[in-house]
Amino acid sequence: MYFQSWAEFWAMGGYGLFVWLSFGSSYIMLAALVWYSQYQHKQFKRQLSAKLAREKRLQQYQEQTD
Amino acid sequence: MFKWLHPYAKPETVYHLCGRLMPWLMGAALLLLLLGNIWGLAFTPPDYQQGDSYRIIHLHVPAAIMSMGTYSAMAIAAFTALVWQVKVAQWSVLAIAPIGAVYTAIALITGMAWGKPMWGTWWVWDARLTSELILLFLYLGVIALSGAFSDRQTGAKVASLLAVVGVINLPIIHFSVEWWNTLHQGASITKFAKPSIDPSMLWPLLISILAFKILMLALLCMRLRTAILVNEQHRPWVKAMAGD
Repeated sequence: MYFQSWAEFWAMGGYGLFVWLSFGSSYIMLAALVWYSQYQHKQFKRQLSAKLAREKRLQQYQEQTD
Repeated sequence: MFKWLHPYAKPETVYHLCGRLMPWLMGAALLLLLLGNIWGLAFTPPDYQQGDSYRIIHLHVPAAIMSMGTYSAMAIAAFTALVWQVKVAQWSVLAIAPIGAVYTAIALITGMAWGKPMWGTWWVWDARLTSELILLFLYLGVIALSGAFSDRQTGAKVASLLAVVGVINLPIIHFSVEWWNTLHQGASITKFAKPSIDPSMLWPLLISILAFKILMLALLCMRLRTAILVNEQHRPWVKAMAGD
């Protein structure tokens, strides 16, 4: 490691605010994009299987009443 | 000659291919990003002029390069969709736009955080910064246009048209530091000349660039799968898969 101590690492030679602002905001944005993309996929899959299950039940009901 | 490509235009094939590739791409992207960034943050010497503030380069440059790379990919998909009417290409345009928008936002925000200590200002209306901001608006325009029509097909077509026309902005971004007087420095890595950056700093930077590229592919796989499901939900293969 280039830095002598953790305190020195976090201070970034006096530029800590700017360096950690950059890395923090970037990671948050990337994580949000990954999470949201995954959430959208799962959400739609759930909706779709619920819809298909409903259609199936409806079909079974109609077959019973006929 | 390109006949082997034909099966890859079939949504079902692409869906399963993306599903298989995605975990590997995501894993590789995260590993490379951690490796490149930790190396760049802790194991490289500081810059002789900029001290430790230059370490922002390990996010700023990968995000900026890939914001343009992602745009090229989106524009190629849009062109393919407009000319050959390949459905998967059309959905790729809309799947990839948010990725490019986030990369562009990262490039702009890290650039601001780097500009404040080095230039003394968060923002200037100079050529490089303004053209990169326009890139963000192009991405947002593609996203907004695709949802602005009650007919999904029309929206997608208009969005693709904007994506293709917007390509004109890419050379403007690239050459802005040469064509105009600007605060922004010139390129540190070019294809043709020896890089003007020391190898000890170059390696972690190249790894981070690769990480951003692979992350883009991983996210594209993830988002394209959702788009395929949404658009093909009435097809038998989707019903057979989601039904059980």
